[in-house]
Amino acid sequence: MNKTILILQREYLTRVRKKSFIIMTILGPLLFAAMFVIPGWIATMEDRDERQIAIIDYTGLYEDRIDDTERLKFEYLPVNKESELRSNFSTSGYYAFLLIEDDLLKRSDAIRLFSDGQITMDVRDHITRNLREFLRNEKLRTYEMEGLHEIIAEVNDVRVNITTLKLGEDGTEKHTSTEIAMIVSILFAFLTYLFVFIYGTQVLRGVMEEKSNRIVEVIISSVKPFQLMLGKIGGIALVALTQFLLWVALTAMILVGVKTLFFSDSPMPSRMDGIEMTGTEYPAGAEMENIEAAFAFDQIMESINTINPVNTLLLFLFYFIGGYLLYAALFAAIGAAIDNETDSQQFMLPITIPIIIALWVAMAGFRNPHSDLVFWFSMIPLTSPIVMMSRVPFDVPGWEIALSMVLLVAGFLFATWFAARIYRTGILMYGKKVDYKELWKWFKYSTK
Amino acid sequence: MAFLEAKDVVKQYAGHLALDHVSVSVPENTIFGLLGPNGAGKTTLIRIINQITGPDSGSILINNKPLKSSDIARIGYLPEERGLYKKMKVGEQALYLAQLKDLSRRDALKKLKYWFEKFEIQAWWDKKVEELSKGMQQKVQFIVTILHNPQLLIFDEPFSGFDPINASLLKDEILNLKKEGATIIFSTHNMSSVEALCDHITLINNGKAILNGAVHDIRYQYRENLIKLEYSGDTDKLKETINNSYEIIESGPSNGFSSLLVKMDEGNNMNQLLKLVMNDCEIHSCKEVLPGMDDVFIKVVNENK
Repeated sequence: MNKTILILQREYLTRVRKKSFIIMTILGPLLFAAMFVIPGWIATMEDRDERQIAIIDYTGLYEDRIDDTERLKFEYLPVNKESELRSNFSTSGYYAFLLIEDDLLKRSDAIRLFSDGQITMDVRDHITRNLREFLRNEKLRTYEMEGLHEIIAEVNDVRVNITTLKLGEDGTEKHTSTEIAMIVSILFAFLTYLFVFIYGTQVLRGVMEEKSNRIVEVIISSVKPFQLMLGKIGGIALVALTQFLLWVALTAMILVGVKTLFFSDSPMPSRMDGIEMTGTEYPAGAEMENIEAAFAFDQIMESINTINPVNTLLLFLFYFIGGYLLYAALFAAIGAAIDNETDSQQFMLPITIPIIIALWVAMAGFRNPHSDLVFWFSMIPLTSPIVMMSRVPFDVPGWEIALSMVLLVAGFLFATWFAARIYRTGILMYGKKVDYKELWKWFKYSTK
Repeated sequence: MAFLEAKDVVKQYAGHLALDHVSVSVPENTIFGLLGPNGAGKTTLIRIINQITGPDSGSILINNKPLKSSDIARIGYLPEERGLYKKMKVGEQALYLAQLKDLSRRDALKKLKYWFEKFEIQAWWDKKVEELSKGMQQKVQFIVTILHNPQLLIFDEPFSGFDPINASLLKDEILNLKKEGATIIFSTHNMSSVEALCDHITLINNGKAILNGAVHDIRYQYRENLIKLEYSGDTDKLKETINNSYEIIESGPSNGFSSLLVKMDEGNNMNQLLKLVMNDCEIHSCKEVLPGMDDVFIKVVNENK
């Protein structure tokens, strides 16, 4: 056993010391945080150039119906300017020009927006919003009914506002959020998939490296093949765990950092919306946004708490390790069977397919976490690590989780036993084209 | 006394009998050659001795006791297919491999230091293996193989990939190890190194041990009664005298004299030849020519086809 630890140690240390590991460990959480922060940041960074938009209105009905904004200025031109505008548009200084040729209530497509470049969404949306509002009111007016406007407004105001609550065993109520559960579910299923794949492939590469380096026979004369396989799988598992835990820790740090920077209650200057603010003199609008954002953030945090983060995380670790061990053993067997990476394709397929299926089923799991299909796939060891993780945020009965865990443990024990038989023959076979028949021979041969 | 004995070892691979009741006996503190053509079963036998695979039947005895897994520490094995982790540093890697052989870290460091100094390769310690030439890597592998002072050393084609300088260094080290008491099994195709190093051999062909014994005995056993005579005198007359009784295989100059290679009958006939020729020429030397291991190898393998 001592030697297995020695091997494990080497596998772990050589990988953790690699530059690629360190870079990924730092980059992972940054990318992760960036996924949330950058879209918002880009939105605030939008160019603030003023844009002039010309309007040529043949009907004359829509004068001053489109409001100027901070960045969009609309200018009505006489209709005889159209041809001049069309021919000299690029030098006209206008960002775009809007052509209205008919009453839009009669012909809704009688309006066109021209530009010499791609027109951004917000420009189109702004125009559409303004005109629709006006046209709706016009339409309503044609019905000539007393108080229709008020009625519509009142009807529009009818809302259904469901708060999802979760009853604790003692009857206490907690806010839940289906969206949050879904996000967590997708996240964990995907993370499991990612880790099983990335680190499973590392096992395959590691075994293949030893084989093609011809160091394997030197090592095998000191330790048993099984010890070598276990040491390698274990060492890489620890690398994966290290990376994952560092990711969790770093992401948590970034999140806490973001919270104190941007959503702090103290009157701290916020640069979120790009406006310089000092002391207490920041504009009321920005303050509102800030408070709203902080409120939303707290609500997300509360919702995350209702899905029991500690339990979920522990379950994730279990399924992640279980799934990894199961697949890593199979990857090790493949690595032992082949001489170079190009040969790996035919053997990779039967392993990749269950993982991909699991991901598909997990996608179904987000929508209906208690269907038969999802249930069965969360029991089968090859798919359960991914599928069960997609169900966990939606309250899975305890016995189902327990059964699935037991099956997973049995699954990976079987896979390890199975893989070890192929492994110990395979690592000493050089320069032989291997097919499934050959693998079966190795497997049977080892039973002697 | 036999240090290592393989008794009636059978190993069957799918559809192919790799070892067919092979028995081998390796005397203590000798260099033992395990010879045979490619695919004869040498590597299989070596792997069984190293417990990499197990025999289907038969047994391996080391010091008259059945081989057990802790005996790994008593064996040093340099496989034919050998390599190192390319990205790992030389020293770190040597330390790792030594520890896998049950050496403590401290002992391993001490011994590595000694050997690295002896081979004058201390400067490589912090280099990555991929920066080393193949011959340099072989040196590191050799050190790692013998580092734990094994009683039994197994070298599978040790000289392949060595340049002549390193090969002779290796040869000296192997002889040194024997002097220090080790028993050495040596698998090779290189027959000149067999004649230079080996005390005993076993020849394996098609999974069977077809020839066993001391190198010297075997060469005598396969001798062809060839006698080489160095002389000065009248060659034609001499040839005439000899041709009446024996066959002359070759004639030509040798060491500044004339020489004849004569094939005699069975038995020790050097005296007869000397009697026959001593009045016709001046004899400078006369000796029996024994077959090289190369010839024996080819002959025996062909006989057993």
